[in-house]
Amino acid sequence: MIFGTQTSPYLHAQLSVGQVMAQVIYALVPGTLVLLGWFGWGVVTNLLLSLSLALLLEALMLKLRQRPLALFLTDYSALVTGWLLAVALPPYSPWWLILIALVFALVIGKHLYGGLGYNPFNPAMVGYAAVLVSFPIEMTRWPNPELTSMAQLSFEQTLQQVFLGGLSYWDGLTQATALDTIKTHLRLGETVSQISQGSQFGWLAGHGWEWVSLAWLAGGLWLLYQKIISWHIPLALIGSLTGMALIFWLLNPESYSSPLFHLLSGATLLGAFFIATDPVSASTTPLGKLLYAGGIGCFTYIIRVWGSYPDAIAFAVLIMNMAVPLLDTYTQPRVYGTKGRFGS
Amino acid sequence: MLARLRQWWQHTGGLELKDYHKTASTQQPVRKLSASTAEEIVIPLQQHTGQPPKPIVQAGDFVYKGQVLAVANGRISVPVHASTSGRIQALETRPIAHPSGLNDLCVILIPDGQDQWGDQGLPPITDYQAVSAECLHQRISEAGIVGLGGAVFPSAIKLQRPESSPSPITTLVINGAECEPYITCDDMLMREQAAEIIGGCLIMLQVLQEYTPAQGLNCFIGIEDNKPQAIAAMQTAIDQANDPRLKLIPVPTQYPTGGERQLITLLTGREVPSGSRPTAIGVLCHNVATARAIYQAVVLGQPLITRYVTVTGQGVVRPQNFEVPLGMRMQTLIEAAGGYTSKAQRLIMGGSMMGVALPSDQLPVVKATNCLWVSEPAVSNPPLPCIRCGRCAEACPVNLLPQQMYWYARARDLEKVEQQHIFDCIECGCCAYVCPSHLPLVDYYRYAKADIYAQREARAKADLARERHDFHQERIERAKREKAEKLAKHKAAAQNKTADTADKQAAIQAALARAQAKKAQPAPLSTATEDKPA
Ligand code: SF4
Ligand code: SF4
Repeated sequence: MIFGTQTSPYLHAQLSVGQVMAQVIYALVPGTLVLLGWFGWGVVTNLLLSLSLALLLEALMLKLRQRPLALFLTDYSALVTGWLLAVALPPYSPWWLILIALVFALVIGKHLYGGLGYNPFNPAMVGYAAVLVSFPIEMTRWPNPELTSMAQLSFEQTLQQVFLGGLSYWDGLTQATALDTIKTHLRLGETVSQISQGSQFGWLAGHGWEWVSLAWLAGGLWLLYQKIISWHIPLALIGSLTGMALIFWLLNPESYSSPLFHLLSGATLLGAFFIATDPVSASTTPLGKLLYAGGIGCFTYIIRVWGSYPDAIAFAVLIMNMAVPLLDTYTQPRVYGTKGRFGS
Repeated sequence: MLARLRQWWQHTGGLELKDYHKTASTQQPVRKLSASTAEEIVIPLQQHTGQPPKPIVQAGDFVYKGQVLAVANGRISVPVHASTSGRIQALETRPIAHPSGLNDLCVILIPDGQDQWGDQGLPPITDYQAVSAECLHQRISEAGIVGLGGAVFPSAIKLQRPESSPSPITTLVINGAECEPYITCDDMLMREQAAEIIGGCLIMLQVLQEYTPAQGLNCFIGIEDNKPQAIAAMQTAIDQANDPRLKLIPVPTQYPTGGERQLITLLTGREVPSGSRPTAIGVLCHNVATARAIYQAVVLGQPLITRYVTVTGQGVVRPQNFEVPLGMRMQTLIEAAGGYTSKAQRLIMGGSMMGVALPSDQLPVVKATNCLWVSEPAVSNPPLPCIRCGRCAEACPVNLLPQQMYWYARARDLEKVEQQHIFDCIECGCCAYVCPSHLPLVDYYRYAKADIYAQREARAKADLARERHDFHQERIERAKREKAEKLAKHKAAAQNKTADTADKQAAIQAALARAQAKKAQPAPLSTATEDKPA
């Protein structure tokens, strides 16, 4: 009998990139549902718009670059990028804002660099940062969860806001985020406890945001359990951010927010489990991951406290993305039977 | 618990598979296949790592079972023996078990059906404790014994008296881990021939004790804990041998625990330095099947002419193990296992992780044939780009960064590939197994290694050429220098001579005239050999 020949190994785990990405999407569901509960229809429009536009742009770029459509669309990486942007952008974002963010994310951040696996920067964060610097007003106003739940703002009103140039009374429905409020008011000389009396504050962090953050945490823990991500990045990011926050908070709790506030505010937990863990743009060695995520935590704190942007995960991630090649080169683990870098 | 803890702070890599596919082929006792009914036996001369042996038989010769067909030729070489009695039909090149269908010189033996040993065999050494290590060593060498775990390196060489480095061997590691999925021949061997294996271990201990006397020489036998019957049988044999040096250590079931270096580290807690042999840390590693072969050679006087072979996979009707005479056609084994099923698509010699795919079943079983795995068709997954997920690095038992090696190998940046320690890669395939992008990672490493070798060779050649060129240049320079010196000397001598007589003038005139005359003649064809590059 004549046989075909291949090379070893002949066995393979039944895991594909598409499955990995699908798990990430599943893990995003609980956080997204909580977000939806607090902020209403705007989360739905964000998500639907972002996902469909992401698929469309991805397909278009694959076509232009003459890559097999079916193969690369089913890796679901564009959907993950789209989903992350949908939950990172303020709910009720106008359609053009989402489109611009996605163009930056997928066209510039991903495909111009060579597509999946070749992008040095986290595509979702490229898109987010691009619209944050270009449209600061739209990006810093988040809906007030007290006024925008599904019961209060109808689907028609949502469509009007997203597609038809906005509701005239929209400004009344929004407010600055807790992170933003703390920063601006601290600069006015108020103390943390005074500022925290404001309506955007809940029991620990932003009103409603705490629950969203905890839901991201739940999804993230599930990803850890499924071994889709390793513990290095979330732990180092959370560790360094809380560590920094703890030091300054202990020094002066009236001028610096508590570590818990930093943990549950903004995109900390979303970033720690879903954004910084993007494998392509993160460091790939164990020690490198720790340094990479530790750096993100530090930069996040620095930008949040002393920078001029409301949240900092995006910039921190992009900064650390630049350090990845260096980190990877200098953090090679000790190979079996060798002395290793430090001679141990 | 401790092992778990150790795994936490120390990277060990490897795979824990759900199913090792070992039960199918261990349901029935090992069946002995006889060479006497075979229509021909094809014995390749080169069945080991090293120099091929020199044939000493000719077409038409009659040989007995166990008779030497070719003698060792060179330092790293072993003889091969006839696996049955019969007549030599020819010495010719035949396809051997190699993925590319390579041909090699083989002895074609037509069995006479008697399977008779004759009187040329090796005399049994029943009381091996009474003889010298020299004598045992000699026997292991002349019995053609090689590492039966897959490396087929001559066993006697590993056991010989060390010449330069006198570091004593303190630990003999006997590898019964058999971590590759599907393979069960060592498992069955341990179940059925435990006493002979232990006998072989004791023989090796005796040789080591005399050659490299060491305090507290130990023998660790590592067996994966998914082989309870083998462990029980081996423990019984150890108890019977009642030798305190023998220790059976069950090891966790994890691929590639049976890798030489991995097993040594697991059992001794020490790492074999990169680029060195285990002997560098006083460890010697042999496979259980090798130990048994040594016992057979010494105590029974039988050279290595059979081996246990697993025939398994979804592609055969009745997976099982056979004791097979070397040189038997693979097809015969498949038929003995009930033939092919409709799923048979690939024939792989060795395991599913490191074996070689064979183009045909018309090839002879050799000393390296531990398993014939007839498998269902491959699931073909088109590769995607590497997403740097790091799963490969987590799985790598050597703690390499397969994703980085892949990146540099793809970019043909050989220098960087080498910096990533590619030569410590044992090609176990763990990285390619887990890769969600389905990249043929190990192929890239094989190519890169070959490329680096080729580059080194080219560089060595270039260096040699440069050296020669430099030498040549130097020679020209020296000739010039010497000429100039001579000239200077002459000049000085001439100046010293004040005599400016007519005689001299005449002589000069004459010389000039001679020179003129010479110039008129055609120039000699070839000038000095110096102009040719040496
Ligand atoms: S497992 Fe595959 S995709 Fe993941 S880092 Fe390794 S080579 Fe890249
Ligand atoms: S094949 Fe090489 S790189 Fe891959 S896991 Fe095995 S040793 Fe590591």
